Amino acid sequence: MIIKSLIFINAFSIVIGILLIILERIIASYGEVTITMNGDKEFKASGGKSLLRILFENKYFIPSACGGKGTCGYCKLVVKEGGGDVLPTEALILSPAETRQGFRLSCQVKVRGDMKIEIPPEYLEIQEYEGDLVSTELVTSDIRKIRFHITGDETIKFKPGQYVQIKLDNEGATDYRAYSLASTPDDDSHIELNVKLIPEGLGSEYMHSLKEGDTAFFSGPYGDFFLDADSGRRIICVAGGVGLAPIKSIVEYWQSHGMDREIEVYYGCRTRKDLYDHEVFEKLDAENENFHYYPALSGEDPEWKGARGFIHSLMKEHLGEGGDSEAYLCGPPIMIESVMAVLKEKGVPEERILYDKF
Amino acid sequence: MNLLLLLFASIVTSNIALTYFLGMCPFVTISKNVKVAFGMGMAVTFVMTMTATANYLINHYVLIPFGLQYLQFLVFIVTIAALVQVIEIFLDRYSPTLYAAFGIFLPLITVNCAILGVSLFVMLRVYNFWQTVVFGFGSGVGWMLAIIAIGGLRKKLIFCDPPENFTAPGITAILAGIMALAFIGFTGMASL
Repeated sequence: MIIKSLIFINAFSIVIGILLIILERIIASYGEVTITMNGDKEFKASGGKSLLRILFENKYFIPSACGGKGTCGYCKLVVKEGGGDVLPTEALILSPAETRQGFRLSCQVKVRGDMKIEIPPEYLEIQEYEGDLVSTELVTSDIRKIRFHITGDETIKFKPGQYVQIKLDNEGATDYRAYSLASTPDDDSHIELNVKLIPEGLGSEYMHSLKEGDTAFFSGPYGDFFLDADSGRRIICVAGGVGLAPIKSIVEYWQSHGMDREIEVYYGCRTRKDLYDHEVFEKLDAENENFHYYPALSGEDPEWKGARGFIHSLMKEHLGEGGDSEAYLCGPPIMIESVMAVLKEKGVPEERILYDKF
Repeated sequence: MNLLLLLFASIVTSNIALTYFLGMCPFVTISKNVKVAFGMGMAVTFVMTMTATANYLINHYVLIPFGLQYLQFLVFIVTIAALVQVIEIFLDRYSPTLYAAFGIFLPLITVNCAILGVSLFVMLRVYNFWQTVVFGFGSGVGWMLAIIAIGGLRKKLIFCDPPENFTAPGITAILAGIMALAFIGFTGMASL
């Protein structure tokens, strides 16, 4: 009886398994499709994957910060033909006006046939680079400063505040994770990334596992979060935790170009152990009258002499009238929202507030 | 048993969620708003009807002739898992919008005990083919009604201030209990 049931269960599972494989082969196969970009460029690819993935595989780099989960909305593109209906996952991100113009989230659109799409020309300039890791240093309990030298004589041109995407392996498939550039664009053969270790986080675990001499691939630069170098206005930078990375790039650029604009850096963390580059900023604050540094800790710390509480309440105190200012915010969504409210209250026009939520 | 009576009984008097308390996990977690509850309810109804029918056929034409009824549990679970996969493949190919709307619900349903429960009730009560189809469909609709009702009730919960330990799942279970009491009122009309 046991043998009979064993044979039956095995046979039953095998039959079902084979049935599923056959179905998958027949039904979920889309064959070769042609993708036409901006009306002139075209390439062939095998369908069944997301548009974003297919573009990446063919070395067309589209900004994407959330790794294809459909939450950041950076990967939106105009799909002229072959996109099908707008999916409920996209409706959450795209505004009705964008939907009317034909925008779609390329990470959600599955390629089921020939497609015609439009890609902004600046995306076509994004390149892929190979980098050798030259140093990796743990600066807080969970944040690493990682520096890469770009292999060969290649150089990367970017603006302070922009980000790159690191290529990594996700169970056999290629995946990408976005990290802000923390170094100054003046040194165009090196990049520095600040990576906070997130338990079970694919990208951060990979980045923290890299050692000196290891090679990594990345593409960039991406993003319209970058310093307006010529405006002459006061710069307000607000960072939460590892959101300091792009702010560091902006500050370094400001310093090396000898700008006479005033710059204020607000930096919020939970505890003293989470602060990094604290001394660097303190020194700058002491040496340069145009540089103002306001750190704040939200957690309990009896030895901390500085400001306490959340960063937006500190800003309420120190930030003067904000009419002739521009703001750069990088941190968790909740921080961005509360800081935005303070900035608007102080009179900083909305179009001059740039932010990078993560 | 009269098919119409069976349909009525499975939807109302012998409601799978409120009289047997099956499928409680999604019932508590996915009932936070009516729209999502409706999506889950539709998916459950769909899968329940399909799996009850498929399991009936397998039981009748494979298990009974080979004298293997004692494998019902194992076989039913495998059938449910496989069927959900097949439905997913088909939806993804032919109705991407519906596929996206069901989203995560379809794979979730694979491990919903209400689905297996219905297949097992069919065997216990020795239904014939059409009774199975009607009972599967009716139980799904019943479950959907229950989750929509609780979804509607939970929306009103924001106006209440239950004791700390009763927030979210606790108060939902109490609500479900009171709703179940109301459903008992129907039992005089028909029962299974």
